[in-house]
Amino acid sequence: MPVTDRIAEAGKGAIVGVSAPRVDGTPKVLGEFAYGSDLWVEGMLHGATVRSPHPSARVRHVDVSGALAMPGVRHAMTAADLPAGRRYGLDYADQPVLAEDVVRYAGEPVAIVAADSAEEARAAAAAVRVDYEVLPAVTDMEAALRPDAPPVSERGNVLRHVRIEHGDPEAEADVWVEGYYEVGMQDQAPLGPEAGLAIPAADGGVDLYVSTQWLHSDQKQIAPCVGLPESKVRLHLAGVGGAFGAREDVHMHIHACLLALATGRPVKMTYGREESFFGHVHRHPARIWVRTGARRDGMLVNCRVRLLLDGGAYTSSSPAVVLNASTFAPGPYEVPNALIEGTCVYTNNPPAGAMRGFGAVQVCVAHEAQMDRLAAALDMDPVELRLKNVLHTGSVLPTGQVIHGSAPAREVLERCVALPMPSDLPAAFRDRVTLPGGAGNVGRGEHVRRGVGYALGYKNIAYSEGYDDSSEARVRLERGPHGVVATVHSAAVEVGQGLQTVLAQIVRTELGVDEVVQMGADTEVGSAGSTSASRQTVMAGGAVAAACSRVREHLFARAAARSHAGATLAGPLRLADGRVFAGDVAIGVVADLLDPPLEATEVYRHRPTARLDGRGQGDPHVMFAFGAMRAVVEVDLDLGLVRVVQLGGVQDVGKALNPRGVEGQIEGGAAQGLGLALLEEIQLRDGKIANASFTDYLLPTILDMPPVVSAIVEEPEPGSPYGAKGVGEGATIVATAAVAAALRDATGRELSRVPVTPDDLVGISGPRTSAGPAPIPDVPGPRPVYEYR
Amino acid sequence: MQFFRPSSLREALEIRAAHPEAMPIAGGTDLMVEVNFGRRRPGGFLDVSRLPELREIRREGRTVRLGAGVPYARIIRELPGQVALTQAARTVGSPQIRTRGTVGGNLGTGSPAGDALPVLAAYDARVVLASATGTRTLPWHDFLLGPKRTALAPDELIVATEWEAADGPGSFSKVGTRNAMVIAIAGLSLQLDGAARRVRVALGSVGPTILRAPEAEAFGAGVLDEAGAWSDPRARVPEDAMARFGELVAEAARPIDDVRGTAAYRRHACRVLARRALAWALDDRRAAAMEAAS
Ligand SMILES: Cc1cc2nc3c(=O)[nH]c(=O)nc-3n(C[C@H](O)[C@H](O)[C@H](O)COP(=O)(O)OP(=O)(O)OC[C@H]3O[C@@H](n4cnc5c(N)ncnc54)[C@H](O)[C@@H]3O)c2cc1C
Repeated sequence: MPVTDRIAEAGKGAIVGVSAPRVDGTPKVLGEFAYGSDLWVEGMLHGATVRSPHPSARVRHVDVSGALAMPGVRHAMTAADLPAGRRYGLDYADQPVLAEDVVRYAGEPVAIVAADSAEEARAAAAAVRVDYEVLPAVTDMEAALRPDAPPVSERGNVLRHVRIEHGDPEAEADVWVEGYYEVGMQDQAPLGPEAGLAIPAADGGVDLYVSTQWLHSDQKQIAPCVGLPESKVRLHLAGVGGAFGAREDVHMHIHACLLALATGRPVKMTYGREESFFGHVHRHPARIWVRTGARRDGMLVNCRVRLLLDGGAYTSSSPAVVLNASTFAPGPYEVPNALIEGTCVYTNNPPAGAMRGFGAVQVCVAHEAQMDRLAAALDMDPVELRLKNVLHTGSVLPTGQVIHGSAPAREVLERCVALPMPSDLPAAFRDRVTLPGGAGNVGRGEHVRRGVGYALGYKNIAYSEGYDDSSEARVRLERGPHGVVATVHSAAVEVGQGLQTVLAQIVRTELGVDEVVQMGADTEVGSAGSTSASRQTVMAGGAVAAACSRVREHLFARAAARSHAGATLAGPLRLADGRVFAGDVAIGVVADLLDPPLEATEVYRHRPTARLDGRGQGDPHVMFAFGAMRAVVEVDLDLGLVRVVQLGGVQDVGKALNPRGVEGQIEGGAAQGLGLALLEEIQLRDGKIANASFTDYLLPTILDMPPVVSAIVEEPEPGSPYGAKGVGEGATIVATAAVAAALRDATGRELSRVPVTPDDLVGISGPRTSAGPAPIPDVPGPRPVYEYR
Repeated sequence: MQFFRPSSLREALEIRAAHPEAMPIAGGTDLMVEVNFGRRRPGGFLDVSRLPELREIRREGRTVRLGAGVPYARIIRELPGQVALTQAARTVGSPQIRTRGTVGGNLGTGSPAGDALPVLAAYDARVVLASATGTRTLPWHDFLLGPKRTALAPDELIVATEWEAADGPGSFSKVGTRNAMVIAIAGLSLQLDGAARRVRVALGSVGPTILRAPEAEAFGAGVLDEAGAWSDPRARVPEDAMARFGELVAEAARPIDDVRGTAAYRRHACRVLARRALAWALDDRRAAAMEAAS
């Protein structure tokens, strides 16, 4: 039975493995769900941020007097007014709360104001006078590596360099293909802009309600900057309108807390759409040089990769992104010899950080283009070439890591090839809206050509490189007015991916209850880790399952003690129909066993990982998930306009806890990947964002997004709760590369850069060229720069 | 800030004269975006969306008069015969925008990317303006003066546009990188007029304002003449002449590079669209003639 046909029994909450309706679905569809921007409390002030218009400048003087004199304005702060710590950051605190002597990117916060209304706050922000001395800016990632480039960071311009040597990097091959690829800067573009409300508390602390991905990481960064112990900075999750990595970094958190503590009033800050583009990190733009060598029979021999990522002005999660990109650079294929050199640089561009796919997206564009090129050079079917080389359990990766867990890459690709193809009714006989550019009435089917492309990719799940990755959850079982109720308390953040639904399914499965209540995520319970790296189903799910299992143990012990004091039980204990059974004998009713209620708090950890050594060897990743995508496109060859006809996605998820949720992730991920292939790019002009609006940063609409056909591959991951792997990123990783491949198939053009433009498709702009790989920086080994400097 | 909601044109014009600081607002789909972005802070609003005089569509003989306040959704429903205009109306924004947005607003904004504007230009349309002291009618090119610059006087309202319905097929095409909710990278409207033996072509988004392509138009009319296509719709126009027509239209464009597209691509798109639009017009005329003959 296809996994998505497993549907919950009518009137019953779904257990693990069947499709469950989303617990947050109805309120969201009805517009009743409260997002961060809906936060409100009596008497609150509104904050606004003054941002640098320059990518690089000395801040000579900031004058807030004009702003303070305006009606309704209550407070203004600059770096000089900061009460405590001045910098924050995810792993490395290098980002100024407010710019000190210099600004390093256009959009960097310089001052903050609070006023009675949002309007007055914005007007006051506009009235803050900043005297800048404009400095030369480094706005090109290769320029950042030139010896004469001005240092952007206090640590120079190399953020991190990763070198992975595998086998004999000088190994010779029968056939070599060489390529140069570029990936533009994508934005997460969450529909809900950054928002939060800070409320000063009677104990001198502060309560922050905020849209985020990881409450405890925020807490850790905020506390030193507001001069409070972590226990007095309490975070509560506000409704999150999409995240995709954009909310991993702190945005308005510290600013709102500072203003609230300074004024003694609640302060709300919400970014508008334009400011949102400046208020969060973006996907790393990339330049990738690859030489792939193979034997005449198609077996890969050697892969030499040089990749460069633009990390922008501050560190954020760049060290982990460049590690990921480097380890996945050859793609999900066995390659006995490799030399991978990955560098992330600081520039005066907006900071880059986490975005769905986290380094794997960029290299997938390159490795999949290389596989197609190699197939052409060998006159071989591109799918067959991939299948010949595909990773499997037992494969050795370039880092020397052996895949011990599940790795059904072959099945994923084979299932993808087998997905049904769309109708191929000739263009001239179809509704013209279905033609490329059809909604604009640009054609009647002239010169429309179809193309098909495949991409296979993979990525790590959860945190890597020895990170102590953990997730805590508390579960309480008690008698409610209508029966037994399980209450779950976890700080894991629902960003719209369906976590709460899955957690409820886990509780139902483990405790046999129907009614599951979820407490709001906050810092009153231990950290659940980030909602990122496709990790929460495994991590928060693992913690909830563990807490349930502990509660069940207590319950069994109580049942055994109360009913059969001293007697031998008729068999192992189990739960069914609201009762505890020993073998086939009911020994107690759950509802009667809950006085007092049972509660357990558990922490889940995945198996430890290790760092890479000086040659890039080690065991950095926990487990891997594979995805494949087939794109069918049509291109108007004269106009270079595209219609994606169908996307076919297959994902390896270990176990689909909520199959419909997996389908949703495949569809959404495919849309985001399609966006990067065809539309989505933050355009920088000398370090400044030129299209900070949804008028000019184009996301796919319903008319751009084709039907998605999908399939789910379930091969349990040993040691993981229910055998599950994460599902959030697989489709995003492969969709961009698949669409690019299909466009190449349709046009016969090289298309070495995404997003692909109409200019590229009609040949006005040729393939991007490069004078040769960027130089390798002179830094030691693969350790994060912040550790060895 | 004051908000005026007059119920007649006369009343509206009096308010307009007395309160020049109040911006006229129809659908608000341009103006409110400006206000939200903080680019405009009008001293007040004058809501013209309820003025019956602006909501009329009238035909007198060949003359079509379209009230400035008629939203795109109504144009699509009520003016199916004005093919190019309904095609343009269909490409505007999304259903919500088409329900609110008006051609009067498109004219009022005067953006070179206004999708209704190339059609009005290809129709040789006139813009009817009124003030408390009288009415004047300007040819479209005397109204649209430059990028977001129009001839509207501070005491005037746009009442309507009007044109003579052409004897022949026409079309509007819009190139954008996305399939909906997109600002045109290039727009083109072509209108054949069999009675006048004229080909009219107008371009949007490829210059500071809407452009016509007079050389191409003359050339196009000439080649149709040579081929005998004006009198015999079945006559074929040679391929090289079609290509030359596209070339001449492209030459009329004055595009720039911006975040939405490159000048080179915009010119290229004009070439392709012009050639296609002329071919469609000839095909449609031929099809109509054959249908009439059978
Ligand atoms: C999401 C979105 C998508 C869009 N997509 C498109 C698109 O695809 N194509 C396109 O062309 N446009 C598009 N637009 C822009 C806009 O919808 C159109 O320009 C529309 O025609 C404006 O009409 P309106 O009635 O809403 O104008 P308003 O916003 O009400 O007014 C626009 C301007 O005209 C003036 N004005 C309006 N009526 C009169 C009058 N009777 N007399 C004098 N001045 C007047 C106003 O003062 C103002 O300056 C889009 C807008 C949005 C928000």
